[in-house]
Amino acid sequence: MSIKKLTLTALTALTLSVTSAVSSGDGGHIHDTDFSFESPFGTYDEAQLRRGLQVFTEVCASCHGMQYVPIRSLGDKGGPHMSADAVREYATQFEAADTSDDAELGDTREAKPTDHFPVSADPNAPDLSLMAKSRAGYHGPYGLGLSQLINGMGGPEYILSILVGYTGEEKEEAGTTFYENTAFPGGWISMPPPLYGEDVDFADGHSNTLHHEAEDTAAFLMWAAEPKMMARKRAGFIGVLMLTLLSVLLYATTKRLWAPVKQRAKDDTENS
Amino acid sequence: MSGIPHDHYEPKTGFEKWLNVRLPIVGLVYDTLMIPTPKNLNWMWIWGIVLAFCLVMQIITGVILAMHYTPHVDLAFSSIEHIMRNVNGGHMLRYMHANGAALFFFAVYMHIFRGLYYGSYKAPREVTWIIGMLIYLAMMATAFMGYVLPWGQMSFWGATVITGLFGAIPVVGESIQAWLLGGPAVENATLNRFFSLHYLLPFVIAALVAIHIWAFHTTGNSNPTGVEVRRGSKEEAAKDTLPFWPYFVMKDLFALMVILAIFFAVIGFMPNYLGHPDNYIEANPLSTPAHIVPEWFFLPFYAILRAFTADVWAVQFVDWITFGVVDAKFFGVLAMFGAIAVMALVPWLDTSSVRSGRFRPMFKMFFALFAIDFIVLMWVGARDTDFPHDWISLIASTYWFAYFLIILPLLGVIEKPDQPPATIEDDFNAHYGHASSDADAK
Repeated sequence: MSIKKLTLTALTALTLSVTSAVSSGDGGHIHDTDFSFESPFGTYDEAQLRRGLQVFTEVCASCHGMQYVPIRSLGDKGGPHMSADAVREYATQFEAADTSDDAELGDTREAKPTDHFPVSADPNAPDLSLMAKSRAGYHGPYGLGLSQLINGMGGPEYILSILVGYTGEEKEEAGTTFYENTAFPGGWISMPPPLYGEDVDFADGHSNTLHHEAEDTAAFLMWAAEPKMMARKRAGFIGVLMLTLLSVLLYATTKRLWAPVKQRAKDDTENS
Repeated sequence: MSGIPHDHYEPKTGFEKWLNVRLPIVGLVYDTLMIPTPKNLNWMWIWGIVLAFCLVMQIITGVILAMHYTPHVDLAFSSIEHIMRNVNGGHMLRYMHANGAALFFFAVYMHIFRGLYYGSYKAPREVTWIIGMLIYLAMMATAFMGYVLPWGQMSFWGATVITGLFGAIPVVGESIQAWLLGGPAVENATLNRFFSLHYLLPFVIAALVAIHIWAFHTTGNSNPTGVEVRRGSKEEAAKDTLPFWPYFVMKDLFALMVILAIFFAVIGFMPNYLGHPDNYIEANPLSTPAHIVPEWFFLPFYAILRAFTADVWAVQFVDWITFGVVDAKFFGVLAMFGAIAVMALVPWLDTSSVRSGRFRPMFKMFFALFAIDFIVLMWVGARDTDFPHDWISLIASTYWFAYFLIILPLLGVIEKPDQPPATIEDDFNAHYGHASSDADAK
């Protein structure tokens, strides 16, 4: 076996083996959904992010926090892209720790855009800032992980599947109520169904069926977890483009540089 | 510097002569760049440049990340999010640094396997090989500690598992473990020292790299035929070699750009592909993740660590003969470090008189198996330890040791190698010369 062939085989096998480390999804059924931000060309849909923000604010935020996300980032391009006034107005509904000189420990004031979203109101409810990334890898435990290049990382699919995955069954164990959920690993989740459909009236008049609400929420949480995705993809494109160009130029240079050396090898062997 | 005869730097201007007497630094750079390099080097000889680039990239991105990172258990995780969200270009820096580690290890494995196939480690290049192994060890330590810094779930539990290995050493193990951690468990003291060492070790690596380069510039590069450059005269040597600049610099830069294009595609379009989702959950000492999986580049050795369980007869035998000093856990630790130790000793384990694997028909097959073995270990390292994975990892681990300790020593005796070409020039001409123009065309 030539070293070239061996290298190729090794590369292929490596790609296959690595995926296993990434996929942590055991149990639970996740259906694939086509989100606008998947694939190298995918972008966030501003309107969808704003709808998702509305669901988060009116439903999720009653228990869940989002402590790593600065409120001002709602105005960022490549995000919900709200106007500065709208962001300022939005911030006022939250409280933030008052750290001014005359404040007592524990005092709060109205939040400003520079503050972060609050921490979870219910200590048992996990923070949602990074949920879409910490639940990634759900493209099936044996799926080729490379497909996330096209299909995205799977985190939003997981969130969507959880939100629509309630069967309506409940059980009580040691004083805690569990709800059957087809997407949750193990099948029983302690979060009561947060959405039933028609829970919010979208400002843009978009359909508010359960599936639509869940889809918008999942998209919003993906943005919350990866707010710089669009800038990153742009940088990726420029990087790949420039480096490919540089490769071509360097290839031509190398070829030209080595041409006399290879010619000499030809001349030397012709005489012998 | 090189043992191969070639033109050395001659100071020409008055200033150059003045400087050369006081500090011959221009000569050093000149001789380093103009080192005669075997002209038949193939594409597997590009990984050294890739590795040098990785080291520089990791140091630059790392130094900038350190400006924004806070090594405290209460702040580390949120300072990473601060980098990802608030620092200008911070998300790119972090993704470059995290994926840069993966590229670094990918390149080092290609580099090591190239050396193993072409017998680059053989006399007189044993010191180069040993220094290289030290670099590899320092890389693993650096990468391991770097993975702890984001203070996610995998950071914390990875640190707990790996430092626990030292606890398996008899008598002194627990003291060593506490000394490494700075306390009885992974906590703030651990994070602080890991940050300090993660910043220090790359500079140790840089120094080792300089020695690595010094060593092989003294012996000259190996090459795919394993035939040495003729050193009788400058003219003879010139027939086998070309100066590193510009011939190999350009070739290596071309290869580097192709690799970087792929690297940028990963960073831009799937930067979390190689990471574990659990590391986006802040470290929680009270909640153990369902699967604690090391990063992909540790998986082969992680598999060897886990392969030797208490129900393997060899483990039981060693346990019995050492009066229980070497129990299954310690055996696993010894096996893991031993796997790297036998690789470091390969210059003395390989008995073949022919250097390059290209002319060793039997070796080729065992080497192919060895490369597959490495991949299998990597794959099984990410699996559970249930059947059949326990058997696969045991067989694959055994082959790893057999390859170095039995197959390589024996092959040198029983194998009948092919005849390598007389000179590097012959090899080059056979490839690019007149007779091979048909082969060259495809």
